[in-house]
Amino acid sequence: MPEVKILDEVCKGCGLCCDDVCPVDILILAPDRINSSGYHPAMITDMEQCKACGFCYMVCPEPAIEVYK
Amino acid sequence: MKKLFSRPEGLTDTLMRYCPGCGHGIVHRIIGELLIELGIRERTVGIAPVGCSVFADEYFNCDMIQPPHGRGPAVSAGIKRARPECIVFSYQGDGDLGSIGTAAIIHAAARSENITVVFINNAIFGMTGGQMAPTTLPGMKSTTSPKGRDVRKHGYPMKVCEMLASLDGPYYLERCAVDTVKNVVKTKKALKIVFQNQIDDKGFCLIEILSMCPTGWGQTPVQAKKWTGEVMSAYYSLGVYRDRSKEAK
Ligand SMILES: Cc1ncc(C[n+]2csc(CCOP(=O)(O)OP(=O)(O)O)c2C)c(N)n1
Ligand code: SF4
Ligand code: SF4
Ligand code: SF4
Ligand SMILES: [Mg+2]
Repeated sequence: MPEVKILDEVCKGCGLCCDDVCPVDILILAPDRINSSGYHPAMITDMEQCKACGFCYMVCPEPAIEVYK
Repeated sequence: MKKLFSRPEGLTDTLMRYCPGCGHGIVHRIIGELLIELGIRERTVGIAPVGCSVFADEYFNCDMIQPPHGRGPAVSAGIKRARPECIVFSYQGDGDLGSIGTAAIIHAAARSENITVVFINNAIFGMTGGQMAPTTLPGMKSTTSPKGRDVRKHGYPMKVCEMLASLDGPYYLERCAVDTVKNVVKTKKALKIVFQNQIDDKGFCLIEILSMCPTGWGQTPVQAKKWTGEVMSAYYSLGVYRDRSKEAK
């Protein structure tokens, strides 16, 4: 099963991976959590749907995303 | 479990100090991947500009030099001539390349120096606080054009790919963008072509990349990527402006 890891401390909460990028729309910015820089990191809402396409990684400027399969 | 996508070894572990949603990081990631995929990391010398990416020497996992403002193409040409076995890329912003460095880029292109130029066009002086650049769009607001760029007063934007395409020297010129997955993939393809061209000793190549500067534009990262696709790409048409490999031999 695919797995996406968001590196919370590397993420700057820009939201680029959450907007019209994921084919199954499972990325959001964590509404109730911030990292030590004060950013709401991205999170996956339903890992089972992930296609391991890597699109979220490709648009991430940091990159704060790792994709496994 | 197999790792499919993660920070490439062509980048160091240093966290990049760009603003959230800045396009520089996406282009850095692509170059970091290509240094590994093309097996050139150990013989590559990168040139960091003056601008927000002045610290690029800390981010790329290859040899780096940080020359005076706008002189990346001249310094790249010198390194390439002295050490032709090195792969040399000049990474530059639009203020660096299109303003103070205009003479350097035009002459390097005219001489068809065998270097790779990565030109980040974000239509603004990002580092110094969002001032108008030669690439700022007509009507676009900046800290030095608060009512919008007035072409009668401030002149017209410079279209670098079109301008360099008037010279015989360039071997390959393309304008890309990093606003969507599709365009990010195309940008990587273009950068791969030009690094390979340098390996094959083809001569001067430049990839211009329309890149988000949410801070300088006063937009959120998501607004900035949309603006890049809808407004900036309408003025700066994406596409290949020169490809000598396609011309009759
Ligand atoms: C000789 C000199 N003149 C002016 C400056 C001020 N300065 C620093 S960065 C910059 C322009 C940066 O804009 P750009 O190249 O577009 O890079 P960005 O930050 O947008 O990526 C300027 C004018 C300087 N550092 N040195
Ligand atoms: S790898 Fe693809 S499917 Fe999985 S979260 Fe990222 S964009 Fe969505
Ligand atoms: S694109 Fe990267 S930095 Fe931006 S929210 Fe997603 S994981 Fe975080
Ligand atoms: S000012 Fe603009 S170019 Fe500079 S780091 Fe911030 S978003 Fe990027
Ligand atoms: Mg700029």
